[in-house]
Amino acid sequence: MSIALEVRNVTKIYGSGENAVVAVNDVSFSVAEGEFIALVGPSGSGKTTLLAMLAGLLYPTHGSIYIDGQDLAKMNDAQRTAFRRQRIGFTFQTNNLMPYLTARENVELMMRLNGGCKSECRHMAVELLTRLGLGNRLNNLPRQLSGGEQQRVAIARALIHDPTLVLTDEPTASLDTERAYQVVETFADLIHGYQRAGIMVTHDLRLCIYVDRVIQMQDGRIVRILSQRDEIDEFASARRRRAELVAATEITPASLTPDGQSPR
Amino acid sequence: MGAYLAFKETWRNRARFLLISLLVALLTALVLFIAGLAEGLGRGNIEYLSNLDADLIAYQADAQLLIAASRLPRGILQNIERVPGVKSAGPIEFSRVSIILPGTTPQGQSPRPLDVSLIQVEPGRPGEPPVRFGRQLQNRRGKEAIIDSLVARRAGLSVGDEFTIRSLQGTREEFYTLRVVGITTSQQYAIQPSIIVPLLTGDQIKPKPVVEDRPSSDLASNIIAIKLDLPADPAEARAFRELMKQRLESQVKKIQVVDIRTAYENTPGYSAQKGTLDTQRYFALVIGVLVLGGFFQIQALQKVAQIGVLKAIGTPNRTIIAASLVQITVVTAFGVFLGTVITLSLALVLPVGIPIVFAPQTVFIALVSLLLIGPLGGLLSIRYSVSVEPLTALGLAQ
Repeated sequence: MSIALEVRNVTKIYGSGENAVVAVNDVSFSVAEGEFIALVGPSGSGKTTLLAMLAGLLYPTHGSIYIDGQDLAKMNDAQRTAFRRQRIGFTFQTNNLMPYLTARENVELMMRLNGGCKSECRHMAVELLTRLGLGNRLNNLPRQLSGGEQQRVAIARALIHDPTLVLTDEPTASLDTERAYQVVETFADLIHGYQRAGIMVTHDLRLCIYVDRVIQMQDGRIVRILSQRDEIDEFASARRRRAELVAATEITPASLTPDGQSPR
Repeated sequence: MGAYLAFKETWRNRARFLLISLLVALLTALVLFIAGLAEGLGRGNIEYLSNLDADLIAYQADAQLLIAASRLPRGILQNIERVPGVKSAGPIEFSRVSIILPGTTPQGQSPRPLDVSLIQVEPGRPGEPPVRFGRQLQNRRGKEAIIDSLVARRAGLSVGDEFTIRSLQGTREEFYTLRVVGITTSQQYAIQPSIIVPLLTGDQIKPKPVVEDRPSSDLASNIIAIKLDLPADPAEARAFRELMKQRLESQVKKIQVVDIRTAYENTPGYSAQKGTLDTQRYFALVIGVLVLGGFFQIQALQKVAQIGVLKAIGTPNRTIIAASLVQITVVTAFGVFLGTVITLSLALVLPVGIPIVFAPQTVFIALVSLLLIGPLGGLLSIRYSVSVEPLTALGLAQ
């Protein structure tokens, strides 16, 4: 598998002098085609800032980001906008879809932005939405869709234009647990099926059972990378047990051990 | 792509956009009616003067270009005609009389007399308008008149008909009968339709504060219309007109000579009336700019998250600008179209006496101004949309 994304010693510093805040600190990793990774960590760990730099929405203070071998830092604003449109797929926490476009039109939007949408593009959009279980919701507006359906439309939009890298920011933030599992499972299947490089930013560690690698960040640094299946499953299930225990006993998370066990 | 987004958004939110189009339609109706009123009242004041087939007009020197205050004796006319470069000159005298309308109203009463401007001219000289039907005035003392098309319509008169004029002579009402020999185009003066009569005939008819035993031997007029031997070249003609103004004022004593435009701009009330109506019209346009600007700015504020997502997925600024411009233009154009249809439909059922005239040029200028207020009002919202950062989509915008 070839490398789709390579991040080399990327640092992002906001402000300067005494007010400088290091949001991302010397981060390096790569993602291969067909690989789906999770970027996890507590709030303020720098994962969303890193995602913004991967999408070309922010310039790194130091380091380089290569997508398909092209250095994002060497592109001007217009080139980065065009690159995002052509090579990156994106889903967001909320407000993903244009409220005045139907599900099918929202998916076709990426193709239209990239030069037009003829009958083949329409066929692709219908096929993708049907595969995502939305074959009977093609002409519904976002307000007529549930949160899970909206996220699935956003996933279809992120994949329709054959991007190199698919980025998703907290895709399950507004969904219940069952819907969240469904959406991420579908997303993972498509990333693997279409051989795209996928990165999901999430704070819900239970969803890591669907990814190939987990990159855990804290204070702007990568503190742990899990790439073995059993390690990842153990990591995710520990979090699931922890969450289930919290729900069952209503004790505060702070009183649990990091493995989700009750303290002795 | 911008047009695609604009049309989809407008169509799927058509109720909201229809409301703002209706607002534009009402503004259009307001601006068009004010423009029509300005045109109608303006014409009512100056139509006869602006239609004059003359190059210059002479006033009494110290009359401050007020027609009613200007008195030019017969001798001055002869002096003007002697100045080299003058082709011909004609005295013009203005007053007001009433035409007694025949028949009775449905209530069995006599109809209200039609007030008209009585314009006295010398037959065949500058000041006598060309007729569309019938013939020009022929007899200096003839009991004949040319009526304008408004008098013909309102009094139901045609060529060959006789009509009665009521005029106040001292404290007595006197009645005079004249025959219509010609009908000319609308020639309003002082917001009234006009009848044009020979100077000597009119001198007997026009209202007088005191009854004179004998007509005055020294006939006078308010102004004198002067026609020049103008060169064919427009630039030379302009220069010649200026030269003749100075020459006439230096060679004929106690007169002030101006061109036609200056003459009607100094008609009492004309400039003040035009200024007032123009101010109202511009104010309505400014209100339009502010209302549309406010609407589209609020809409842009509500769409920050959407615009952020659009930019994050790679939508260039030119597409965002095009979408906003197309949307603003469509909404404004539809409103202006609707307003024009409403205004012109209402104009068809307006009573004849209301001085509203929709001159093509005035309507065109008003419509172009109205079409421009949308994009002008929307500039702020477009600027705001362009400034939305794509990081907004990730909640990272500063």
